[in-house]
Amino acid sequence: MSSAAALTWYARHEIRLAWREWLAMMTGSRGKRKRAIIALVVFAAIMHLPAYAVIGRFADLQAPLGKPELIVITATILLAWALMLSQAIESVTRVFYARADLDLLMSSPANLANVFSVRIAAIALSVIGMALLLSTPFVDVLVIGGGARWLSAFGVVVAIGLSAAAVAIAITVLLFRLIGPSRTRLVAQIVAAVIGAGFVIALQVAAILSYGTLSRFTVLTSDAASAYAPDLDSPLWWPARAAIGDGMVLSWLMAGGLLLLGAVMAVFSPRFADTVVRVAATTRAVCRGPRATAFRGGSRQRALRTKEFVLLRRDPWLLSQSLMQLLYLVPPALMLWRSFSESSDAIVLITPVIVMAAGQLAGGLAWLTISGEDAADLVATAPLPPSHVIRAKIEVVLISIGAIFTPLIAALAFASLTQAIVTALGVIIATVSAAAIQLWFRVQAKRTQFRRRQTSSRLATFAEAFCSIGWAATSVLAVTIPVAAVISGALTAAILAATWKISPRRG
Amino acid sequence: MVRGEQLDRSEIMKADVSALEVRGLTKRFDRPAVDALDLTVRTGEFYALLGPNGAGKTTTLRMVAGLLRPDAGSVAILGIDALADPVAAKQIMAWVSDEPMIYDKLTPLEYLEFVAGLWGIDPATSETSAHQLLASLGLEPHLHERCEGFSKGMRQKVALAGALVHDPRLIILDEPLTGLDALSARHVKGLLQERVRSGCTVIMTTHILEVAERMADRIGVIAAGRLVAEGTLSELRQQNGRGDTSLEDMFIALVDAGAAAA
Repeated sequence: MSSAAALTWYARHEIRLAWREWLAMMTGSRGKRKRAIIALVVFAAIMHLPAYAVIGRFADLQAPLGKPELIVITATILLAWALMLSQAIESVTRVFYARADLDLLMSSPANLANVFSVRIAAIALSVIGMALLLSTPFVDVLVIGGGARWLSAFGVVVAIGLSAAAVAIAITVLLFRLIGPSRTRLVAQIVAAVIGAGFVIALQVAAILSYGTLSRFTVLTSDAASAYAPDLDSPLWWPARAAIGDGMVLSWLMAGGLLLLGAVMAVFSPRFADTVVRVAATTRAVCRGPRATAFRGGSRQRALRTKEFVLLRRDPWLLSQSLMQLLYLVPPALMLWRSFSESSDAIVLITPVIVMAAGQLAGGLAWLTISGEDAADLVATAPLPPSHVIRAKIEVVLISIGAIFTPLIAALAFASLTQAIVTALGVIIATVSAAAIQLWFRVQAKRTQFRRRQTSSRLATFAEAFCSIGWAATSVLAVTIPVAAVISGALTAAILAATWKISPRRG
Repeated sequence: MVRGEQLDRSEIMKADVSALEVRGLTKRFDRPAVDALDLTVRTGEFYALLGPNGAGKTTTLRMVAGLLRPDAGSVAILGIDALADPVAAKQIMAWVSDEPMIYDKLTPLEYLEFVAGLWGIDPATSETSAHQLLASLGLEPHLHERCEGFSKGMRQKVALAGALVHDPRLIILDEPLTGLDALSARHVKGLLQERVRSGCTVIMTTHILEVAERMADRIGVIAAGRLVAEGTLSELRQQNGRGDTSLEDMFIALVDAGAAAA
């Protein structure tokens, strides 16, 4: 087989793998694939409604654009790029550490630079594919409202996807060089989480510090932002100009993206193999922990709780996921701090953010403790009733959430005691709801499968998200419009009840 | 029974109560996996359960260990009805699967502390016992290393130490020697024989017929969810009608006959 034919053959193999993985992630198991695809299509159709609500008003925008419009569009594109970069860093890290086929590839007589070039291209393709899927409802709304010129927004998605994949590879390989393989996995995950959330949070922080609100648009559309923004002919606005239909600029962007990815392939593909070898050599890294303390006594449930806390503390996956959730608490904390000096009604917005974060974090923790049991047989053969095991695990979730959110709620109590009580109740209810959903939909899984927990049961994922949103809305309404809170609370409770009704563990 | 105490095995094996008594045990998945199985293992006995892949060995032992609910039948462990009172049965029993299930982020010592805590063992006793067990399995240099870097053999040894740290009276092992090197396998076999000598009962499945031949007091052969032969090696030879037949030949003949009958 010629070199070109081998490359094509391997590219086809890699694309097939990426496609199947993506399909499995989107649709779950093979048996439910048809139903899942229909649900996905329906979901995509429904997504057009919120897309219309968010960007429908921008469809009529015509060139030349003013600075405020350019700033808003550019910031939106930058946010999308940050999210793609975050996803790409995760994908690259997985290529190094998920070694299912690396031994086979590395032991084969194939040209490794070519093999890894194809793999880099596959990462770029999967990142772009996901971004295209998510952006389709938004671009559709713009095309329907503003004409076919908005189709070029798809081109912008492709261009920024190419550059995001290129930058992700450069960041990850450089991390390997700087801090070594054993720490790169954790750091890369944290970097991905921070990049993913950081841009939105930075805008919120700026808005709070300058205008006392959580709205990101307040900063972007302010006079100050326009004053500091570069001139209209700056290349910074190229993505925005390309998105509204400037074909020439779009061509430049696409060429730039391809060039960047090509350069990264040329520079880093030969190093990929070295890096993989270094990772393989360090997978048996010895983690020593000085241990002078004697065995501790106590109840069997205490042993379970201690084990769960130790595992949570030592789990880098969870650390990065938790960090993502906790980052969103920075703006409300900042807002709280500001409200001590300036009385502001906007402080009420802290409640839903805290409740929502608690619900989401509790869902993740509950999955790890309840479903993510690495020694399931051991725990199942231990001499204590299953109900005691479950209770101990739920206690771990409640204690963790309590430890994280109590300081924030205590600080809130100094600003408004009523709001603090409502927030505390909201946090408790959201936590219990999330834990209950994880309990009803529990599966036997390894903790390393945490990233895929959302694909194992779409129903549980959506129920968890809707309940968190519902309890967050109920909490804020309880502070502002108590009658509406009753309706919102009843609706959320109905969602929870419906979830229980269709859960596999019912009864 | 206090571990380390050397007892007269013949006395132990004559005890009134069987270590395991299974009657009419049945489990169906898409086909019968275990089919009205009767099995008795005497106290203090080393019992090897043999059978081809998919014969129902693991399903049987998982039901005995309380990991799988049988469709029908009864399981008694040292006289305790394991289906009616699973907690009491689990207190005196240990289970080790072929795929070692341990926590990557814990050290072997932390893992054993957790297991001892789950079984409610006095910390002072369990700590001494944990150190002894890990030393006897050659894991002393790795006491404070997290298990994530361990080989499969090392992980299997940690899992075995976990099963023994609470001093069970019945140990059930599903293919415990899979993936172990010769030295590790010898460590494990030595430890199990020591337990049997001190009065513990061991039930083990294995595909290594030589291990069954050398270690087991009695051997049970299971095929298509049914016990097709049982006895000491010489009894099996007698049943098979050929005094000098190897266990391997007998095993193949019994399994073929069992499959034909099913």
